[in-house]
Order: sequence, then C-alpha cells, then structure tokens
Amino acid sequence: MDTVKFLWVVPFLPLAGAFLNLILGKRLSRQTVHFIAVAAVAASFFTALYLVVGPLREAYGVWKHDGRQGAFGLDEHLWTWIQAGDLKLDLAFRLDPLSSVMILIVTFCSTLIHIYSTGYMEHEPRYGAYFGYLNLFTGAMLILVLGSNMPVMFIGWEGVGLCSFLLIGFWYENEAYATAGRKAFVVNRIGDFAFLLGMFLLWWATHGVDGGKSLDFVMLRDVATAHPDIYEHKFWFDERLAAAAGILLFIGAAGKSAQLPLYVWLPDAMAGPTPVSALIHAATMVTAGVYMVARLSFLFASSTTAMAVVSIVGALTALAAAFMAFAQTDLKKVLAYSTVSQLGFMFVGVGTGNWSAGVFHLMTHAFFKAGLFLGAGSVMHGMEGSGDIRIMGGLKKYMPITRITFLIYCLAIAGFPLTSGFFSKDEILAGAWAANHDGWPVFLGKLLWVMLTVAALGTAFYMWRLYFLVFEGKYRGAEHVEHPHESPINMTGPLMVLAFLALVAGFIGIPHVIHVSGTLGDIGHFLPEWIGLSTKPMEMHLASGTTYALLGTASVVGLLGIGLAYALYGKGPSKLVDRFTAGPGKGLYEASKNKLWVDEGYDFAFVRPFRALARGTFAIVDRFIIDTVLVNGAGFVMSLFSRVSRWVQNGQVQRYLVGVVFGAALIFWWTSHDDHPSFSYKAVPGGIEFRAEPGHGLRSGAAVRWDFDGDGQPDPGETAPVVIKRPGDVASRVTLFVVDPVWGETDKQGKPKSLARVTRRVKLPAASTEAPATPAASSAGGEP
Amino acid sequence: MNPTGGFVLPVILALPLLGALFVMLTPRGEGSIARGVGLVVSTATFVMSLLVLRYFDGKAAGYQLTTDAVWVKSLGIHMKLGIDGISLWLVLLTTFLTPLTLLAATKSIEKHVREFVAAFLVLETGMLGAFVSLDLFVFYVFWEVMLIPMYLLIGIWGGQRRLYASIKFVLYTMVGSLLMLVAIFYLYVQHGQVTGIYTTELTHITETGQTLGLAHLVLPHDAQVWCFAAFALAFAIKIPLFPLHTWLPDAHVEAPTPGSVILAGVLLKLGIYGFIRLAMPLFPHGAAVLAPYIAILAVVGIVYGAVVAFAQDDVKKLVAYSSVSHLGFCAIGLFSLTVSGIEGSIYAMLSHGLTTGGLFLGIGMLYERRHTRRLAEYGGIWKQMPVFSGLYLIIVMGSAGLPGLSGFVGEFLSLFGTFNAGDTFPTNWPHYLPSPRLLAAISTTGVILGAIYLLFMFQKVFFGPLDKAKNGHLPDLSIREKAVFLPLVVLIFVLGFFPRPFLAKMEPSVKAFIADYHEKLAEPDGPARMMNAEGSPDALKAKLEGAAAKLDAAAARLGGNAGGQP
Repeated sequence: MDTVKFLWVVPFLPLAGAFLNLILGKRLSRQTVHFIAVAAVAASFFTALYLVVGPLREAYGVWKHDGRQGAFGLDEHLWTWIQAGDLKLDLAFRLDPLSSVMILIVTFCSTLIHIYSTGYMEHEPRYGAYFGYLNLFTGAMLILVLGSNMPVMFIGWEGVGLCSFLLIGFWYENEAYATAGRKAFVVNRIGDFAFLLGMFLLWWATHGVDGGKSLDFVMLRDVATAHPDIYEHKFWFDERLAAAAGILLFIGAAGKSAQLPLYVWLPDAMAGPTPVSALIHAATMVTAGVYMVARLSFLFASSTTAMAVVSIVGALTALAAAFMAFAQTDLKKVLAYSTVSQLGFMFVGVGTGNWSAGVFHLMTHAFFKAGLFLGAGSVMHGMEGSGDIRIMGGLKKYMPITRITFLIYCLAIAGFPLTSGFFSKDEILAGAWAANHDGWPVFLGKLLWVMLTVAALGTAFYMWRLYFLVFEGKYRGAEHVEHPHESPINMTGPLMVLAFLALVAGFIGIPHVIHVSGTLGDIGHFLPEWIGLSTKPMEMHLASGTTYALLGTASVVGLLGIGLAYALYGKGPSKLVDRFTAGPGKGLYEASKNKLWVDEGYDFAFVRPFRALARGTFAIVDRFIIDTVLVNGAGFVMSLFSRVSRWVQNGQVQRYLVGVVFGAALIFWWTSHDDHPSFSYKAVPGGIEFRAEPGHGLRSGAAVRWDFDGDGQPDPGETAPVVIKRPGDVASRVTLFVVDPVWGETDKQGKPKSLARVTRRVKLPAASTEAPATPAASSAGGEP
Repeated sequence: MNPTGGFVLPVILALPLLGALFVMLTPRGEGSIARGVGLVVSTATFVMSLLVLRYFDGKAAGYQLTTDAVWVKSLGIHMKLGIDGISLWLVLLTTFLTPLTLLAATKSIEKHVREFVAAFLVLETGMLGAFVSLDLFVFYVFWEVMLIPMYLLIGIWGGQRRLYASIKFVLYTMVGSLLMLVAIFYLYVQHGQVTGIYTTELTHITETGQTLGLAHLVLPHDAQVWCFAAFALAFAIKIPLFPLHTWLPDAHVEAPTPGSVILAGVLLKLGIYGFIRLAMPLFPHGAAVLAPYIAILAVVGIVYGAVVAFAQDDVKKLVAYSSVSHLGFCAIGLFSLTVSGIEGSIYAMLSHGLTTGGLFLGIGMLYERRHTRRLAEYGGIWKQMPVFSGLYLIIVMGSAGLPGLSGFVGEFLSLFGTFNAGDTFPTNWPHYLPSPRLLAAISTTGVILGAIYLLFMFQKVFFGPLDKAKNGHLPDLSIREKAVFLPLVVLIFVLGFFPRPFLAKMEPSVKAFIADYHEKLAEPDGPARMMNAEGSPDALKAKLEGAAAKLDAAAARLGGNAGGQP
C-alpha cells in the first residue's frame, strides 16, 4: 500500500482553528476570529486539492501502469490508536477516489460557508464560539471521510454529531432550540448504537481471516473478495450475516442521514443558524450515511436483502418527505424536508448498487442545497430574520443576486435539463429502473423508479412553489419588514460560486450512452469511473433507447412540476389552492402541514412512555421494593427483634417472673397438648403386629397396656409397645391404654386408671389367620 | 522483575499515613495549614507514585516492585506488596485524584478541616493498600480501613440525611465484607490442611495452584461456588451491581464533594478489582458457575441505572445512578473473559474515575455558588459561566463515551469483548440465559441511554434562559478551580486519543490472568473428583510425592514459616 504524507494536515487545520477560536475567541477581534477560521478551512481545501491532483493522480498513473493491482489509494498511518488482544486499530487516514471527492466537497463548501458566515453572523456576540464550532465540525467531518477504518470513521461520525448538537442549540437560551439540539444528538445516538453493533458483527465475521485484526476498510474489502463465504454465515433468523451487518449499519446511516424512521431530528435542526443548516444539515454531515454505504459497497453488494432495505427505505423517505414539504410555510422547513427527500434519492442510488450515482447526487446536492440554504439565509437576512414565506413575495426586485442564484438552484433541484441535478437524479432513476438483483422481485426496480419519479415531480412542484412565493408576485410583507435588502458581497459571493457549480457540475457524470471522446470524454464520464475505483462494481444493463426514454421522462416530470407550481403560485398564492385545501384536499393538506403527525406519534409511543418508565422504575423498584421493603425492611426487622428483647430484659424481677411462669406454662402445654393415642396393626408372618402410638410429648415416654381379650381391662403382661399376637388370641375389640407407671396404674379404689385409652374394632386379615397353619411361616415368624 | 523499585510501594503507602499523623499535630482551627500539609503530602505521594512507571516493566506479566515482610509469623500473614499491569493504573488514578480533590475541597469543607485532611489521607492509604496488597488478610485490613474515613466523611461533613446515609453505607459494606472474611478463613484453613502451609499470602495460594496442580483444587467444587459467592457479594456491593446499589445514591447525595469524588472515582473500582485480583483466581470454578449471572446483573445495571438516572431531579443523584450504569460496562467487560473485554473494563474504570470525578467536582463548584443541587433551580448557566460550561461539556461528553475522549475506549472495548465472548467463554454458558452476544447488544443501548440522561442534565443546567435571579451573579471559575479541571480535561483527551501506552502496560498481566484462569479451569475441580480422575492409586501417590517435594521448595522460599500450625 502506498503512503502519502501530510494528509493529516487536511483535518488538522480546521481542528487547530477550532482550538484557537474556542480558547481565545473572546479576546480576539472579530477580524482575527474569522480570519483564523476562514484561513484554516481554505488552507485545508487547498491542501486537499494539492493532494488529489498531485500525489493521488500520480499514484493513479503508477497503479494503472502496474496493471491495477489491489485497491487503489494512499494511506497515512499516524499512530496505533487502540490495541487490545487481537484487535489493532490504527489512527490512519486513507485518500482514495471516494474520499478524495468527499474531502473536496467538504472543504470547498465549508470554505464558502465560512465566508458567508462572516456576513450572516456579523452581529453575533459569541462570534468566536460560532466559528470555533464550525471549524470543529469541518475537522470532524474530514476525519469521518478520511478514516481508514470504521472506528476512526466513528470518531468523526460522533464528532459531527456533537458539533451538530452544539450548533443547532447555538442560541441555547431558547429552550426549544436547545431541545432540538438534544433531539438531534439522541436520535443520532440511536443510529450509532446500530453502527456499533454492525461493526462488532463485521469483526466477528472477519477477525483472524488472512491475519485480519482490524476493521480497516481495505482489509474488510479484501476479505470479502477473497472469502465471500464469510459473509454467508447464518445468523439471527437464518438471515445471512451480510444482511444483518448491512441493515444494522444502514440504521446507523439512517440516523445520521435522516431517513425513515429516524429523520425527525433534521427538520427541528433548522433551529440553528442558517449557514449551519447549509453546511451541516444539507451539504455535508447528513450525507455521511450515503458515504458510509458507498464505502462499504462490498458488504452491501453481498447482500441483496440489505440493498433492498436501503433502497426501499430511501424511496419511501423521498416520497414521504416530499409530501411533508408541500404545506410548510417556513422557508427553512421546506428546504429541510427537501433535504430529507433528496437524501432518500441518494440512498436509492447506493441501495441499487449504483454507488457512483449516489455519490454524484450527493455532490450536486451539496452545491445546490447549500446554495438554497444560503440563499434562504440571504432572504432572511434581508427580511430581518423572518423565514415565513407567507409574508414574502416579489423579492426579486429587492434582491436580484439572491433571486437569480436561487432560480438556478431551483432549476437544478427540479432536474431541469442539463443542470447538475438533472444528470445526477437521472443516474439514480436509470439505476433504479435497471436494478434487478438476485433475490429481488422483478418489479422492485421499476417500483422504485415510479416512487422516485413521483417524488421528483413533487420536488419540482414544492421547490418552485417556494420560489414563486418568495420572489415572484407582489410583496406581501410590507407591514412586517418595510425595506427588504440585498445582502453584502461576502454573502452573495458564495451564492454565485455555488450557482455556477449547480449549473455545470453535472457535466462530469453524463450518461454513458452519450458518447464523447478525448479530453471531453474523460471529463464527461469522469465521476462514475473515478468513484468506481473505490466501490464494488455491480452489473447494470440498460439499452441506450431506454436511457434516452428515461432522460426524456425525467425532463418532462421536472417541467411538469415547475409548470404546475407556476399555474398555482406563479403570481402569488392562487384562490384555487385555498379552495382545494379548504375543501376536498383538507385531509391531505392537514396531513402534510402536520408532517403526518410523526412527531406526535413518537412522543406518544416512545418519549412519554420512557419518561413514565424512568419515573415509575425509580419510585417503585428503586425506592419502594429495593430500598423500603428490602433494605430498610431488613433493618426494621432487626430493630423489631431488638425492641422485643429490650422490653424483656429491662431488669424488673416481676417481668422476669412473668416470663418464667409463661415459659413453664408453654412447656407444659407443649408436652401435653396434643393427641389421642392410637395404634395400628398389620399382618406379619406369625400373626398380627400391633404397634402402639401413644402420642408425642411426655406421653411418648409413657408405658402402654393392651387389652386383647375384649374385657375392657388391661391384660397382664402385655406391656410392650409392639406386640405380635396370633389371630386366635385377639378379640374383635382391642384396647390400648396409656398409663403412667410412676404415678401408679390404679386409683385409690384400685380401679385401673389410664391417661388415655383407645378402643378399636380389629378386622383380622384373612391371610394372617391361616398363617400359623403353615409351618414355614410359623418358623419364619419365630417364637410366638 | 526489577528489584530496585521495591521501596516505592511502602513509601506511597506510608506517606499519606504519616501525613495524617502530622496534620493532627498542627494547631486546631488553622484550616489553611492543614490543607497545605494535605496538599503537599498528597502531591508528594503522586510524584512518588510516578516512580512506579519508571521501575515498572510493561512487558512482564507478574507482580513487580514487590516487597515482602512477615507480619504475623505464626499465622503466615505477610505484609506483601506488589503491583502489576492491572493495579498499576488504578494506583496512579488514586494518587492523581487525591491532591486534585483536596485542592477542590478548599471551600466546601469549612469545619474540622484538620480532621478532614487527616481522614482523607488515611483514606488514600487504605485505597492504595487495597490495590497493592498481595495477602488476603492485609487486603482485608485495608479494605476495612477505607471504610472508616469514608464513614466519617459522610457522617461529619455530609448533608442533612448524613447519618442515615453513612450508616447505610457502612452496614451495606460490612454485610458483604464479613462474609468475605468467613470465606477467607475457610480458604486459609482448607489450604493449610491440604498443603500443610498455613498462609494468607495470595501469590502463594494461587501459585501453588500452578506449581502443584493441586492446591487451588483444595476446595471442592461446591465450596468454590460458595466462597466465590461470598467474595462476589462483597465486591458486588462495592461496584455496585443491581440490586445492591441503593446505598450509592444516598451516600453520594449526602457526602461532601471530595467524598463523592473519591467514592465514585476510586472506591467503586475496588469491587471490580477484587473480582480480578482475588475472587476469580482463587475460585475459578466458582467463578465459572456464577459469572453468567453476574454478567446479567451487570447488564441489568447498565440499563436500569441509566433509566433511573433520567428520573432524577437532583444532579448528584443523577450522576450517582450514571455510575451504576457505567460500572456495569466494567463488570460485563470483565466477565467476558476476553483480552479486549478485560482491558476495556480496566480502561473504563480509569475513564470513569476521571469523568465522574470531574462531574462531581463540577457539581461541587456549582453547589458552592448556589447551595442547591436541584436541576429545576438551574438553567442558562452557560451564559454566566462559559469557561466552566465548556469544560464541563467535555467531561460530560467523555462520560457519554464520545469517541476521541476517554469514555469511548473503555466502553468500546468492553462491549467489543463481550460481543466476542461467545467464542471463548470457558464454561458452558447456561442455555436458558441470553447469550453473551445478546447481552452485549443490550448493553450497547447504554450508549443511547447515556446520551439521553447526560444531555438532559446538561440542558437543564446550562441551556435555557437565565431566568432565576439567584443565577444571575455566579462568578466563573477561579484560577484554583481551573487548576482542578485542567488536568482532568487534558487527561480525558489523552486517554481518548492515546490509549495504547496504557493498554500496552496492562496487556501482559491481563493475558496472564486469562491464561491462568483457563489453565485452572481445565483441571478437575476438587480432591474427590481428582481421585476419580487419577485412576490408579499409584498415580495419585506419585503425584502427591512430587507435590510434596515442590511444597518443600515453596516452604523454603517462604522463609521457614511453612508448616507452622496456627
């Protein structure tokens, strides 16, 4: 593996900027603060650019020359991070085609947005903290992208989550904003939980294979190539390991990239400053999930189940979010749902094995969506902070640059022919149409295509609704903001740069059916081929005629959406819409406006029950069962005993005597309380055995007398507790006397007296009566 | 083994103790003198303990820097001290936290300062002693020595319900430790009867197991289970494992800040440490039987502690329950019996010492300003104390296990080890229990729950409008307070990004621990069974004769007290 030097500089520069601004930000002047911040990310961008066009391109030449051996990329090993047992994780970065595209997008957008922020945030008192966080975010995002193994990626993964939390809640004094930040972090953590489990599963499958002892992407990929059977392990529910790991990791991606069912944090994240929304919640961080799926293409490629899950969830998200965007009245909320929807498109791209299309759309989306947010920020800046589109309209007059750039972005996102969004969205749609993986139902690809086409139609409609409501028609906000104004150059400058890119960036990924050759061809088909070097190729067959048909359909759909929006909103809100939303479409309108009541549903299903569970567990299990009953209960029982013994042993002789008396009484009662004496009998060889049962207590020591002849008097000499009699010697009634030999067996009158007596009628067993007749039995019985 | 460092451990044990004596000689009522002495002594102890690193050979597995002195000859009790990769960092954590805590306590302790400092230094000796002693009896003595100053800390300098809390603390701990004492006696007598050597020296008892293939088998299977259970009870209370944890929130809430810091930072770790050092090597078969159940309790604790923490309105209680959750990660990692799991367990203890210590220190600083710990009384503190809030956020994130900070490494390794334990776990994991992999998955939800309660707390205290009048004039951190926080925060970063040097020094000891454990388990587990297994009486006789020769050698090594009847 070839190495590269100074790759660490790319994430380090923003981190160093963050360190300076967070520590010293308060003491530095505003100029110094933003100079440090902007310089850090700009330098990072140029370093990245140099590394890509310099060392990486050179290495590419060498690699191609050497016959394309192994995975192409450059590594930089910094230090061994965690080593325990057979696990060895390096803090290492990797520059390959995929990460090179990502770092360029991240640093470039970040630089523009930093510059923009110097205008947008100029009145912010916590200027240093803002730029510190923004720098920190950029650094974390670069670590995420460059990390050469999963845990290093996870550093960035959670780092961007932290920055997102800090920046959403940047104006923390507003409780709702702070809660939005917390919500983002917690929902992301749900995804991270699955990410961790997926990571563990991958390790479990691959460790020890080919000496593998890390979660390095290249190593995992090599193992997957060399031993595809590893991912075939049967796992839970008889599903293959690849599917389990893939789905778990996708849940992680869904948390970060705001997919169903974990998208709920993203619309709330609009609480943060608008440049933050542009950078984090549109252009970069939220695409991390897409990047991760593309990065793990080898894993997803080996499980068509996981791919189906990814693409179906993506398509559903694209549809649902587009629907929710229809009725939003807040400028940023529309853009937020649009972002969720577009991320769904990207997941369909990577979910159908069309990795480069997902990344392509990621890139074009970064340009036009960052631009849209920044444009929205510019509008809000001019509207004194308000984002309510109901009071806008006709702003093109006041904000010409913002309006033109916004128009371009809207063209791009609607997929207007030859704009960047047109190409990238078409790639995804074509990929979905052609997708027919093993185990997939044949209609699945077509179904995805239909869903996405509907979503694309919706996208064009709601985006252009937004455009018309904001910039066209008559200005409706005169009573709120008298003089909307255009933003300064440090804000409009980035808008123009992004608009240019939103227009032309699509030309590095034009469809393959369009044949161009030479340098133009290199450029035109650059991106898919470049990304293809980092991902696992999937087969995709599409006739050129079909491709053209799909391109045509996409164009028509985009134009249709724009036309529809123009018809309804072209000159301000039309009556038709009001009539529709008040009449037949009321249910639909409410559903869209209330975002399908998902937040309320989650609140009802998860948030409240969890809170109740926590309180209930604490009150019942912890305080009552464990602490009151068991712990203090044990103490109480102990003290109860001690209280009793304290009462007894108080030194009063009278009380002791009472004790003696009661004790003695207890003893007597115990020894004599029970029982009626009894006896049992059974046939034994040689006769009938009578066994006296005089009773417990004192009586167990008492003597017994028997009356076998039925005269009611004890027979002399019959004193043994166990007697064997011949049947002939026994009357039908037998009496057992319990007597006390010490106190005498007769009273003063000489009558026999006994403590107790029992008389029973004895049924002589038939077998025993014959016993004496047989000598054998008699001898066995011994002497009678 | 490096013989030159033998003086270090006695010195760091003696220093705080002598310091405590000296403090009691200073004039009553002169709090600042007592504090100064305490600070100097504990700092000196810390510096001395750094010498351990100089003499410690990170590649060796056995005990190092050992010293051995006969204490009670007739009973075979040795004052034997030593350190290995497992106790090394815990010792340093203790010596590191003590001066910081004393420095932080300047304001929170105002009455009986002299006595406070003395108790605190005795506590330090007790903790260090428990970590470095290699004799069952000596361990027990130190174990109990810790109890008294802690009892005093809570009972004298505590809050309103301090008596209830301190008595609860003592009784809880005593119940466990007395049973442990019984088990120690039983082991002592059994070991003496079988081998003829009456000693409580740990290395001897465990080592004879290796050399004789016999002595650790002194105890039949069932006795091992019972003895392990007795030790486990003592340690489980200390950790504390669910459902033996309810002393902890009370003790934390009532204890003064320094008490809470040391309690969470060091004392709880002795539970886990006891399992590693004593219970598992001494009673491997008992451990094999009971470990799955303890692991399940640990998992329950992870989830339960986190859920209950969310329901608290007292900051200290919230952090106390978070300790229950975090120590669950340590326990589950330990019982995974994988290298990564155990190293993760130890690492999580270090990180927990720093982060939770830091959380309590911060709460103490807030309490000194506002005299309340109720969440509802706070809000918007960030605006008033930005430096404090920023540093506190780092500590909170360290506790929540953000990668790049200390908490992540330990949690990750513990969970990682547990997840992979199914392949290596030595016993037949009972089929009716959830598998280690499932346990790891359940434990991983702690990642989500940790974020929920910690961020909830953070938001309640630092975010939101600054609408309580009393919060309007809180001064930000003083230089002294910054000096307390800064080392903690720096270490949290260092442990997060450079865990390898720490882990590397643990690794030989951990590997030896696991190998030793497996080796012992592989042998039959009791005299009776051994008789059966040996087959012919001749073979047994030969083995016993061989054993006798080794016994003589061992006796000679022990300095002639062998065979002495008690």
